[in-house]
Amino acid sequence: MDSLRGKVAIVGAAETEVGKVPHLGATALCVDAARRVMEDAGISKDQVDGLVTCNSMAEPYMYHAEVIAEYLQIFPRYCVTANAGGGTTFSSLQHAATAIASGVCETVLITMADSLRTGLSREQAMKIQSSTGHPEFEIPYGPTVPAFYALIARAHMDAYGTTPEQLAAVAVSGRKYAALNPDAQMRELISVEDVLNSRLIADPLHLLDCSLVSDGGAAVILTCAERASDFPHHPVYILGAGEGHSHEHISQARSLTVSAAVDSGRRAYRMAGLGPDDIDVAQIYDCFTPVVLIELEDLGFCQKGEAGAFVEAGETGLEGSLPMNTNGGLLSHCHPGNPGAMFALTEAVTQLRHRAGARQVRNAGTALVHGQGGIMSSHATLILGRERN
Amino acid sequence: MTGPGQKFFPRPRPETAAWWEGCRHHELLIQSCMKCGHQQLYPRIICTACMSENLEWTRSAGRGRVLTFTICRRAVSEAYAGDVPYVIALIQLEEGPTMMSNIVECDPESVATGMPLEVVFEKWSEEITIPQFRPFPAADQQ
Repeated sequence: MDSLRGKVAIVGAAETEVGKVPHLGATALCVDAARRVMEDAGISKDQVDGLVTCNSMAEPYMYHAEVIAEYLQIFPRYCVTANAGGGTTFSSLQHAATAIASGVCETVLITMADSLRTGLSREQAMKIQSSTGHPEFEIPYGPTVPAFYALIARAHMDAYGTTPEQLAAVAVSGRKYAALNPDAQMRELISVEDVLNSRLIADPLHLLDCSLVSDGGAAVILTCAERASDFPHHPVYILGAGEGHSHEHISQARSLTVSAAVDSGRRAYRMAGLGPDDIDVAQIYDCFTPVVLIELEDLGFCQKGEAGAFVEAGETGLEGSLPMNTNGGLLSHCHPGNPGAMFALTEAVTQLRHRAGARQVRNAGTALVHGQGGIMSSHATLILGRERN
Repeated sequence: MTGPGQKFFPRPRPETAAWWEGCRHHELLIQSCMKCGHQQLYPRIICTACMSENLEWTRSAGRGRVLTFTICRRAVSEAYAGDVPYVIALIQLEEGPTMMSNIVECDPESVATGMPLEVVFEKWSEEITIPQFRPFPAADQQ
């Protein structure tokens, strides 16, 4: 399956303000991300003939992408609201790339935003997010989103001897990058002790093992590789893409410690003709610290059960073997919910454009981006390259 | 069935009604496939192993073990705040299927992976009784 390799390029990438953005609602943030990305790509809205959005929790619509098209007054021939979740950003990108490669459309705008911080009360945000549980067989017991992920953390600790210190090391790693990123929501350096001393939310997860709650949006523009050099920035090519889906509800998971990232990763590597050793920088979904460990293992960056030691040894730092989550990730940069993974994508583009400033990974030529949605349910992996081949 | 200050009540559907009816009578019912013998939770109209529709309800012994668990220090909503700290666990029943539930009638700090459990039932309304688990044998029987 090499059907997409090198055929589609990302020619625009942009982010809105993130953190607390009370002066823009979720719909306006989505449009603001669109405005910024068209400026970045140097195109007018009339050139957009494909649109992908994800729904918002703060300002939901029945047909979200249609609302954004109407707001922008664009009239695309491909218009899709991706059904959200962390994996969907990249699976929708794969679908959009397929639409371009098969000639359905030429220039696709993917724009996603939400206002979880100021558009919803904390109680509302928790309630909506917890509804990811099964309405009859999970939700009545009162699980929170951190509790779902704590079940996975505990299983990984029991199976492989992973420690709370190793979980904390993931948060510490992300914060080091955030300190170098002027756009990040949380920039103050933290230590393993700070994580362990932060409030227990759902054992073994502490407050600082959990990602942020943010407002914000991000957008990209895709087009066919042949046109990629017509745009102002160095293009970033899609080399590989793959998905894996194992369950929706955690009580139905086939495994608590091995995820469908194994499948999505294998499919993406095969399409790209690359392996884990060929990846220069990775942006890996980090809604909670244990998720990162399982993904690092399942994507082949280390052996099963060894990710805790891998992160603890500094391998994910700027000087390590796999610089990871270089914008600070969902743990420290921002996490506006369903659009969260978009920032991993825009950061990967920034790295491959060699425009990441103090956090730039030297000579980055390939990037792996991984998202997951649900409770380790749906996984999508993308491999991007600075060069087409 | 959810209002302010009220817990999240399950709403039985046609294929799950027998499960909730069983809970009302303090019985944990699981589905057994008459064609291939597979046992499953949650209730479905098909067997997930062989797609047969020939499923029957069998009574679980109501015992299992902790697969994994967490202690919720922060409630999901106001209605659960009085229960904090409460245990959420995945429990593997002796018959095989896995389910989520709470572990009650014990110190949350004493819960451990592999701990043997037995089902207990908490009545929420005339229609809804919720299955939960407690250590087995219970502390006062040890």
